[in-house]
Amino acid sequence: MIQASPPPAAKPAAATPVAAPPTLAARGGFQRALRHRLLPRGRSLVTVVPVFWLLLFFLVPFGIVLKISLSEAAIAMPPYEPLFAWAENVLTLRLNLGNYLFMLEDSLYAVAYLNSLKIAALSTLMCLLLGYPMAYAIARAAPEWRSPLLMLVILPFWTSFLIRVYAWIGILKQEGLLNQFLLWLGVIDAPLHILYSETAVYIGIVYSYLPFMILPLYATLEKLDLTLLEAAADLGARPWKAFVSVTLPLSLPGVIAGSLLVFIPAVGEFVIPSLLGGPDALMIGTVLWNEFSANRDWPVASAVAIALLLLLVVPIMIFQHQQGKQQAAEARR
Amino acid sequence: MRRPNFLYMILALGFAFLYVPILLLVIYSFNASRLVTLWGGFSTQWYASLLGNQQLLSAAWLSLQIAALSATGATVLGTMAGMVMARFGRFRGRAIVGALVTAPLVMPEVITGLSLLLLFVSLEDLIGWPEGRGMTTITLAHVTFTMAFVAVIVQSRMASLDESIEEAAMDLGARPAKVFFVITLPIIAPAVVSGWLLAFTLSLDDVVISNFVSGPGATPLPIEIFSSIRLGVTPEINALATIIVGLVSAGILAAGLWSARQERQRRRDEQLARQGAGELMPISSPPQDAPPH
Repeated sequence: MIQASPPPAAKPAAATPVAAPPTLAARGGFQRALRHRLLPRGRSLVTVVPVFWLLLFFLVPFGIVLKISLSEAAIAMPPYEPLFAWAENVLTLRLNLGNYLFMLEDSLYAVAYLNSLKIAALSTLMCLLLGYPMAYAIARAAPEWRSPLLMLVILPFWTSFLIRVYAWIGILKQEGLLNQFLLWLGVIDAPLHILYSETAVYIGIVYSYLPFMILPLYATLEKLDLTLLEAAADLGARPWKAFVSVTLPLSLPGVIAGSLLVFIPAVGEFVIPSLLGGPDALMIGTVLWNEFSANRDWPVASAVAIALLLLLVVPIMIFQHQQGKQQAAEARR
Repeated sequence: MRRPNFLYMILALGFAFLYVPILLLVIYSFNASRLVTLWGGFSTQWYASLLGNQQLLSAAWLSLQIAALSATGATVLGTMAGMVMARFGRFRGRAIVGALVTAPLVMPEVITGLSLLLLFVSLEDLIGWPEGRGMTTITLAHVTFTMAFVAVIVQSRMASLDESIEEAAMDLGARPAKVFFVITLPIIAPAVVSGWLLAFTLSLDDVVISNFVSGPGATPLPIEIFSSIRLGVTPEINALATIIVGLVSAGILAAGLWSARQERQRRRDEQLARQGAGELMPISSPPQDAPPH
């Protein structure tokens, strides 16, 4: 919106009827030239530093994970065999696909992957069903109410994730507050077994990731042109019909962004299943951690990580693409 | 109207869902009974016993140090990255840089944690640094995963920033570095501050990545809490959680008030500047309106 209009600062100079003294103009020209020469250098420094950091601490590590997933476990520190060996002028490269084959053979891994996908997908759906009306209500609230309401959504996200998950233990326990409450109401006769089950994992994930769903939804719903809904109403559409054919399609970018922001981390979730889940709530994040720490099998843990990454590559690419499109749209305005 | 009422009911329910657990946690931290879920009268004994828990206190101190260090590093790097994405237009590889900057946001933490650990182990093998795992490795890991959050916050603030102010400063002869520190930074300060705060709380809260990259000598607070929760729920953790929630809420409130005041101050300055400009320059055309924000 700003970029499109000519820079106001340039206006007075151009509009001044009296020409500026030539020396001043020359000086300005020189400085502009200087700026253009200086700027690229400053810019490249500003670009290079964070990019170098991310290459070293984010991209290179993936290469190492891939490398170690192809090596053999060993009882040593670090507990894996080197990939390359140099002996008698022969460089040997040993690629061990055993870790991946092992994952295919043992059904534990397939079950954990499928279970993670199922839990993440259903939790995402529940977040959407709860988050959409909330985001809609906030976007349609009186303008002075929107910021405080949004703040209320964000605030739990700032308080400790671990503590918020912990809070549910006291609620969901056998003798916990929820069971006490339901018994007192007379809804149930015997306490429900919720903690250490898949249900508790669902509750934990929906609870922890709900803000991630609401924020992008709010961002798209708030920008929605209300006159479109009026037009739909004028043309005879019932509110529900107008919602399905106007509001919902226009808020689709928010739906996609929010869903991916919940789905992707939920697939690899580790804290929630280990604190709230029981043996039936097997998730790939916990499997990876157990391979790494309890079994000390770093190569298999790496293979599990690579497989998880492959599973998430498509959703992550969709998310990145979506973000890129949004940024481009913002830059154009 | 019937529909809005239904909507506000869901909104109220959603907020109850978000806040009741935290509220219960706080209430039960004042419970005299050791049984976390049975009310046995008001007491502050768990706060007292918390103060005597040397292990938790030293873990908290370590975590605060790591959080402050890593948030500062992440803010410097993230602000740079945010500027690159918001301002430097279309340069070669922009899409790759953008993807690289935002990828840590969505990467599952178990993958980030494992890959960073393997990097540190390989580096130690190769060049002997970092020696073992501890505060250094945790700090480096936290800078890496939190800088993306700072970058996104700074980028969105800069995208809505009037570029002409910076251009004016440059036309007046200010060097780019000076323009940044005198013009840009004060304007984007609220975004930078909230980026720092977010990085700080994310670092203070991180379990998964710390679990991978921490060593036997350095156990940060979340790991300490995590392992004690797995052993069972104790009111002491409730007390600790209440303190954390209280501190974070106070911090957020202070930051919110500060940035609201900044915003008001900015508006007043702009208004004054416009009035001043109108008095000084008797131009026929009316003074230009504020940019359409």
